[in-house]
Amino acid sequence: MSRQIVPKQDPKVRGKNFEEVALGYTEEQALAEASRCLNCKKPLCVQGCPVEVGIPEFIAKIKEGDFLGAAAKVKEKNSLPAICGRVCPQESQCESLCILGKKGEPVAIGALERFTADQEAAEAKGKPVQVKKVNCKAAVIGAGPAGLTCAADLALQGFEVTIFESLHEAGGVLQYGIPQFRLPKNIVNREVDYIKSLGVRIETSVLVGQTVTIQELREQGYDTFFIGTGAGLPYFLNIPGENLNGVYSANEFLTRVNLMKAYRFPEYDTPVRVGERVAVVGGGNVAMDAARTSLRLGAKEVYIVYRRSRDELPARHEEVENAEEEGIIFRLLNNPTRIIGNAQGEVATIECIRMELGEPDAGGRRKPVPVPGSEFQFKVDNVIVAIGQGPNPILLRNTPGLSLNKRGYIEADPETLETSIPGVFAGGDIVTGAATVIKAMGAGKIAARQMVEYCRKNKSAAG
Amino acid sequence: MKIQAKSILASRIVKLVVEAPKIAAKAQPGHFVVVRVNERAERIPLTIADFDRAKGTVTLIIQEVGKSTALINQMEPGDSFLDILGPLGAPYPIEKVGTVVGVAGGLGAAPLYPKVKALYEAGNKVIVILGAQRKELLILMDELKAVSHELIIATDDGSYGIKGLVTEPLRQVLDREKVDEVIAIGPVPMMDACVKVTKERDLKTVVSLNAIMVDGTGMCGGCRVTVGGESKFCCVDGPSFDGLKVDFAELRRRQRYYKEQEQQAYHQCQCGTGGCQCHAK
Repeated sequence: MSRQIVPKQDPKVRGKNFEEVALGYTEEQALAEASRCLNCKKPLCVQGCPVEVGIPEFIAKIKEGDFLGAAAKVKEKNSLPAICGRVCPQESQCESLCILGKKGEPVAIGALERFTADQEAAEAKGKPVQVKKVNCKAAVIGAGPAGLTCAADLALQGFEVTIFESLHEAGGVLQYGIPQFRLPKNIVNREVDYIKSLGVRIETSVLVGQTVTIQELREQGYDTFFIGTGAGLPYFLNIPGENLNGVYSANEFLTRVNLMKAYRFPEYDTPVRVGERVAVVGGGNVAMDAARTSLRLGAKEVYIVYRRSRDELPARHEEVENAEEEGIIFRLLNNPTRIIGNAQGEVATIECIRMELGEPDAGGRRKPVPVPGSEFQFKVDNVIVAIGQGPNPILLRNTPGLSLNKRGYIEADPETLETSIPGVFAGGDIVTGAATVIKAMGAGKIAARQMVEYCRKNKSAAG
Repeated sequence: MKIQAKSILASRIVKLVVEAPKIAAKAQPGHFVVVRVNERAERIPLTIADFDRAKGTVTLIIQEVGKSTALINQMEPGDSFLDILGPLGAPYPIEKVGTVVGVAGGLGAAPLYPKVKALYEAGNKVIVILGAQRKELLILMDELKAVSHELIIATDDGSYGIKGLVTEPLRQVLDREKVDEVIAIGPVPMMDACVKVTKERDLKTVVSLNAIMVDGTGMCGGCRVTVGGESKFCCVDGPSFDGLKVDFAELRRRQRYYKEQEQQAYHQCQCGTGGCQCHAK
């Protein structure tokens, strides 16, 4: 039997709305897909999961028709299943190791995970979790995927946990970055509510480093800390014309649309401006999100400008496919050299140079090399720069004793994630640089385990 | 986040004293906050014009220029902001440098006040030049007088003080005094003009910039300004910058990017057009 295909909204229709693109399995599909799982004695898939979900076990529950049991099984390890089922790159994690994938197609683990989470939400709630309280107080900085996971795991260990979030909503990149059509915000809010139901307190609009420091929180009685503030400052190309009106960082563009709901302006007050032609620079998931969002905001032609070839696009295959189906135009092996404005100082034209792939670099990817004299121009109204981001300096500059690495990210022990300050742990993009939701969640999980250990040692030593 | 007191300083300019003990505890001159009035509102950066650590309050001064500022100015004592984040930005370094001239244009008096107050208390000789279009639009006159050794007032129409722009008294003060530092805060053309005067003398001049922001924490990059040929983020690198190096023309252009949308929203929220939110509560 072949793998069940997740139904999607028609590309022609979805390019004009912000509704979710992937519609999820029906019950019949889920049962059929679950029946493909071989329930391996030594499941390789689990090794591919940064948060160690018991994959064959939850799929076995689906086979039995016990969807709530399946959801509970997932939640033993993963507090954000409806999110992971939607945005995890399963194809390069659990599913890449599935034994069925050797000869045919792997089990659609992600789609099944999403199915269980959505079933649980539809049939009201999972069981309230009872935990024995311990006398430990943890502060989690940043309510993104790493922080939420860390907080949930600590709460399940009986910790008193407070998350401090600088924005006015919890969720981090899930809230401001990933668009509605890929991850509906009611789903993010639902998962955040679940984490609150575990007893986690979330204080929004608190910027640790400015509103309060880690040292002050320690004086207030917090025993241990997790820093999961994400990658902050957006990178720009450093080419002429980048401060013209109409050039956005992907962060700004997506924050306006997702967090501030600019796609519903003037019903919501925050505006966003999208012209007829938009060039998105970059080839990752964020670039795809920005391009597809531009289309939905009314752009007629949307380009992805990427300096390497199709094979090197860092975005998930599925997202590239979605973008192509919706009519996004890929200008591969092109690198912007300058942006030219009109008399009002607004973006009018982008100039690119053609690239070719040279020798593989240290990371094994072939290095793009400009073809001399091959510059060319095309008309655009907006340029959205989606080439990644660097560490946000705020918390770092206001936390004495916190060691940073050469790239300016937090230096954390690779095993324990402890920083140079005892009891302070860090994980996610603020340690690794921009990565994925699930990797950040994995880090949150590892840190939580270490924080429990840290408190057990230090609290008992203190008597 | 509750408003304790409200006073009207001038036409469309309101002063709010807001309960925000955590922010007041950490506030320093140069800091700002980002506020949201309701679920649909923009995030609006506002300078902390004053703070009282003992009472746990911060003072905000808002000039109505569009829908968001109109919504803020319609709030009354007892009302609360939906959220206030802060204090944000890098604090202004307060040192004893000698003689400081503070120049404020219009609403620029609000961000100037806490800086000159702290500089005055640090033992500097402080001369303040306060300018506005006309007498009714002069704000914080008494407050500035109390924290300066000399207060010079200029109005464009001559309805109070010297007739003309602030640059003329600035030039005169620089001619007669040995000045160590100038702080100029106000509309972009006014700061630009002040810097033209001080540049001739190669005199250290600090300006405070109000670029368009979304998060105010370094995440969006929307507030980038060019300073000395380099792109800087107003929210984390500023909002105070070396005025001699700022590209004011670019800043002015970037501030206008949403002009049409701002007018559309403002128009729709005016009383009588049906889109008014001010009576919706």
